Amino acid sequence: MALFTAAVAGETARRAARQGSPVSAVEATRLLVWRNMLAYRRHWPIFVTGFLEPVFYLFSIGVGVGALVTGFEVGGRTVPYAEFVAPGMLAASAMNGALYDSTFNFFHKLRFGKLFDQMLATPLTTMDVARGELSWSLIRGGIYAAAFLLVMVAMDLVSSWWAVLAVPAALLIGLAFGGICMALTTFMRSWQDFEYVTLATVPMFLFSATFFPVSAFPEWLRWVVECTPLYRGVVLIRELCTGTVGWGSAASVVYLVVLGLVGLVVVRRRLDRLLLA
Amino acid sequence: MLIHARGLRKTFGDFEAVRGIDVDVPRGQAFGFLGPNGAGKSSTMRMVAAVSPPTGGTLRILGMDPAEQSSAIKARIGVCPQEDTLDLELSVRDNLYVYGRYFGLPRKEVRARVDELLAFVQLGEKADAMVDDLSGGMKRRLTIARSLINRPEILLLDEPTTGLDPQARHVVWDRLFRLKAQGVTLVLTTHYMDEAEQLCDRLVVMDKGHIVAEGSPLELIRAHATREVAELRFGAGGAQAEHEAVAEQVAGLADRVEVLPDRLLLYSDDGERTLAQVHAAGLRPTTTLVRRATLEDVFLRLTGRTLVD
Ligand SMILES: Nc1ncnc2c1ncn2[C@@H]1O[C@H](COP(=O)(O)OP(=O)(O)OP(=O)(O)O)[C@@H](O)[C@H]1O
Ligand SMILES: [Mg+2]
Repeated sequence: MALFTAAVAGETARRAARQGSPVSAVEATRLLVWRNMLAYRRHWPIFVTGFLEPVFYLFSIGVGVGALVTGFEVGGRTVPYAEFVAPGMLAASAMNGALYDSTFNFFHKLRFGKLFDQMLATPLTTMDVARGELSWSLIRGGIYAAAFLLVMVAMDLVSSWWAVLAVPAALLIGLAFGGICMALTTFMRSWQDFEYVTLATVPMFLFSATFFPVSAFPEWLRWVVECTPLYRGVVLIRELCTGTVGWGSAASVVYLVVLGLVGLVVVRRRLDRLLLA
Repeated sequence: MLIHARGLRKTFGDFEAVRGIDVDVPRGQAFGFLGPNGAGKSSTMRMVAAVSPPTGGTLRILGMDPAEQSSAIKARIGVCPQEDTLDLELSVRDNLYVYGRYFGLPRKEVRARVDELLAFVQLGEKADAMVDDLSGGMKRRLTIARSLINRPEILLLDEPTTGLDPQARHVVWDRLFRLKAQGVTLVLTTHYMDEAEQLCDRLVVMDKGHIVAEGSPLELIRAHATREVAELRFGAGGAQAEHEAVAEQVAGLADRVEVLPDRLLLYSDDGERTLAQVHAAGLRPTTTLVRRATLEDVFLRLTGRTLVD
């Protein structure tokens, strides 16, 4: 109870701090996203290469290996292997997109660039910073996913109109990964710490039902995999792309949103601690 | 009072950086913080800038409590932090433009102010350069220009001219004078006594988190130093021990004697007379100099250190 009261008091103080700010929360978010777009104007090749990685996987594994594999069953229907892999790569591209700006780039802005110190000298608040940066991460993930969806359509790998919803679903993946990764990044002390991120994302990328169904795993491992955010995203997008939406999809949506929001709150608190000391 | 502090304290863990200071800055004043490294100047400036919550005491900026209305305060002040916090991924112009937009200022308005400010700090030619390619002094000038984008009522400058060449410093001083003439309240910290003497109507000397003296530059000199100072040097980089010995011999000739690593300072109201007495006592300094007392002497007296270590 005391904890709850303290939390409420904290939130009230935070709301009050924004009082009299000439910038609304929506406007602040828009400004941060716009600032990141300006910064990327000079680095657009980096932006493009980030998108290409999952596309290469789709061609090499989905199409290449797909010629040797028959396919898997999804929601009672057998789908060709390339069509099985594609939604997984779409989810991975959203994850990748969100990852860049919520790990390395976020770390740099926080510890070296002093970008957030600059912003906090203006009416912008730590919540504005956290929300704005997270929005940019998920937008970047969304852009990658949308472009990837076009590739899928062009290759005739989409079999349902539900697939249109794959883009908003990809935004949820961006939200979850962006939130969690930014939160973890606030605890990192050096560039070496990012090895842990790689250590977590590479297995996720390989084993989250991206290239083969989790039924290949023993029961306990399956449970572990099913709890990872990428798995939830992959399954959600596969359900949309193949038109096999159900209650499980809704659960995935809730799961991803909750992860993202928890990340957001953690980031805001850490920024308070680190930058408003 | 635009800034009002009573018993203001700041601790980091168990370290007390600011130990209960009282500060009042009325509108239009140029107020300075002097103090050796680690005195607590920046810690104080950050509290005033509403980016560091005070540990104790009261603080009101523009009549508002920074704990409750930080955004409203920040909208009306300009901050030039000790370390540049420029956006290295943006051009010079975009740095100002984007920063102005963080204040919620309309696009057209910001665009006009950007051009005006670039001219004001003489960076018009560098408008399209990347910040990374600027020299240190240019970055500093850009930071100062940036702090003015919202036409602040209070301008906080933490060591605004550290690292600038003499010419650039004079440019900055000139600009600060103009702002002062326009009625902007200036609060600055500095290690340069000439800067403090020229710019500040009132200043405080901080040491180890306390305010140890305050007043106008002239008042401080009157209160804490004599009218004149005779400086004596013995030999090329004479040893400190030798200086100590000489200091004992001349102790009776001046109001006060200060031993620095490279010279002796004799404080008295008539420097020439003191010097004559030194010679009469049979001492032969290699070089001598008689000058008026400055803030540097006040500072030395109060903190036991020179301004620029
Ligand atoms: N975030 C922090 N955490 C811990 N200690 C700090 C922090 N910020 C400042 N300090 C300590 O507080 C003391 C005062 O620092 P401050 O930066 O206010 O000094 P200053 O007067 O600005 O010195 P300088 O002339 O070197 O800029 C120093 O001993 C410093 O180590
Ligand atoms: Mg300082």
